[in-house]
Amino acid sequence: MSIAPHEAIGAAIAAARRSGRTALVGFLTAGFPSRDRFRDDLAAVAAAADVVEVGVPFSDPMADGTTIQRASFAALANGVTLPWILGEVAAVTAAGGAPILLMSYLNPLLAYGLERLPRAAAAAGVAGFIVPDLPFEERAELRGALDREGLALVQMVTPVTPPQRLERLCADARGFVYAVTMTGTTGASAEVPADVLAYMDRVRRAAPVPVCAGFGIRTREQVARFAGHVDGVVVGSALVEALERGEDPRAFLASLR
Amino acid sequence: MTSASGGDADTVASVPDRRGRFGPFGGRYVPETLVAALDRLQAGVDRYLANEDFQAEFRSELATWVGRPTALTRASTLSRRWGAEVWLKREDLAHTGAHKINNAVGQTLLAKRLGAKRIIAETGAGQHGVASAAAAARLGLPCTVYMGAVDVERQAPNVGRMKLLGATVVPVTTGDATLRVAIDEALRDWVADPEGTYYSIGSAVGPHPYPYLVRELQAVIGREARAQMLERTGALPDAAFACVGGGSNAIGLFHPFLADASVRLVGVEAGGRGEGLGDNAASLTYGTPGVLQGSYTLILQDEHGQVRETHSVSAGLDYSGVGPEHAYLLRTGRVAYEAASDAEALDALVECARHEGILPAIETAHAFAGARRYAATHPGARILIGCSGRGDKDMPILQRTVLEGLA
Ligand SMILES: Cc1ncc(COP(=O)(O)O)c(C=O)c1O
Repeated sequence: MSIAPHEAIGAAIAAARRSGRTALVGFLTAGFPSRDRFRDDLAAVAAAADVVEVGVPFSDPMADGTTIQRASFAALANGVTLPWILGEVAAVTAAGGAPILLMSYLNPLLAYGLERLPRAAAAAGVAGFIVPDLPFEERAELRGALDREGLALVQMVTPVTPPQRLERLCADARGFVYAVTMTGTTGASAEVPADVLAYMDRVRRAAPVPVCAGFGIRTREQVARFAGHVDGVVVGSALVEALERGEDPRAFLASLR
Repeated sequence: MTSASGGDADTVASVPDRRGRFGPFGGRYVPETLVAALDRLQAGVDRYLANEDFQAEFRSELATWVGRPTALTRASTLSRRWGAEVWLKREDLAHTGAHKINNAVGQTLLAKRLGAKRIIAETGAGQHGVASAAAAARLGLPCTVYMGAVDVERQAPNVGRMKLLGATVVPVTTGDATLRVAIDEALRDWVADPEGTYYSIGSAVGPHPYPYLVRELQAVIGREARAQMLERTGALPDAAFACVGGGSNAIGLFHPFLADASVRLVGVEAGGRGEGLGDNAASLTYGTPGVLQGSYTLILQDEHGQVRETHSVSAGLDYSGVGPEHAYLLRTGRVAYEAASDAEALDALVECARHEGILPAIETAHAFAGARRYAATHPGARILIGCSGRGDKDMPILQRTVLEGLA
């Protein structure tokens, strides 16, 4: 029996947990550092990570710090577009590997067309979307469209999300809940004090799906600190920087385990 | 039929709705980190905008520190030259030299009431930066201003003023290093400290409730102008013109006239050097719907939804988006929007300076260019122009353009 794409995300995270690991969610910006190498980079990350996020570059990445901004602008200069990304993702998902989500600001998705996006994404083997500038109150149209294809719209929560709102956001989450570790943009190294772990515990109690912590996770020590408090961790800027240095993403991700 | 206190406001003033929608436009497209901060801002807006103590303090600051009401000036020579009856609403006479101060004072008073520890702002022409720095200095709050590196250079006099007023000016070098990336950077700052920082946005743009809040704070322009026109001429203008960057001086001037169906309202955008994507900053004239910086509005973007760089000789209009209420007013047809080119604006600036003894900002000069065009086809029309600011800040660019030609 085949499962819906959004369920494949949870299943991949659960499989990691069953083998005693915190799941690794690897983020890379599409077409960065190289457009030609992207398919290989993506396949390598999909082989080493439990879940993959592919960043769709945008001209105004307001939730991102310097690394992902730089990667986005360079990718745009390389002529990267959403239709091209879907083609590359399709080539990689055809061979199996970790579920792939697209992380995109809303406007490139609107330009593509919310009517045709879910079908095209599903056909490319995309499991879901993360849209950092689409809050819960504005999500109905996209969520409805993605639901029809069984795709996830991953919900983000933050340390400043009020408790009642946190409950509401988690209650009907799909795929996983993306628990942002701190106030701030992506990239800067996150401290992991006790209150952040307590917040992760709260998110986990509220969420019917796995919880992954993200923003500022760069080291094996941080990953170890989150273990037992979350189901997975998202590694973004640090992985992008490793790719930029020309390192093998498999080796880099393995070094975090 | 016209009443002295303003038109039948209820029928047109019912936007935005609770979710910040002006028809399909507006809304709140921000990272989750900012949602609670915007909810707190909304609660503050609900509580204080209708609060008598707050309004009394706001009015008192406008009267005794900003210098309101600003004058309504009859432009006699322009009237003669254009064959029309031309009136200027003189926001250039407001403290710090532009309408931006109305909004900056209001938001800084609100920030204080909400317990903010610091103010951040973005600025294009530097006028909102100067206004924010001045208001923050007066109310004892530290202030950081984000400004595109290109604008830091072309509006250099204002950078010095901000520093003297105690603000920290942060040049932004990404993208085309103008207003849009300055807003992106201010949003990133706010995301890092949504609880202690108040983001004082400089135009009627951004996520709900900013477009509404800025409109309410700037509507003093149109309320005064409407009353002054009735008092001085016994009638309303046939047409009113304002330049549109993000759209704050325009919505401030237009809003109190919306219910006056006889008054033609015209917003003038930056036509730059032509119609091509990247050659202008006229998002209402050439843009398509999309989400930029928190709001669904008309934006200058490519077919893939990437927001494009803009061009205008005027830093304050050089922006790829526009306030959502203007997108709505365009769609309903109540306000007409058109573009004036760099050359038309500079020409209108020189004409106003030479013949009225007023050096308007280059932004403002776009409104003059639009009004002059209208006068050419409507002889005798009574025209009100929103004179949004003074041009002293523009000396570096005027030196390189019109003064070169005069040498
Ligand atoms: C004098 C003046 N007029 C107009 C503007 C454009 O802004 P808005 O469209 O918000 O009025 C600016 C912006 O810097 C300005 O300084």
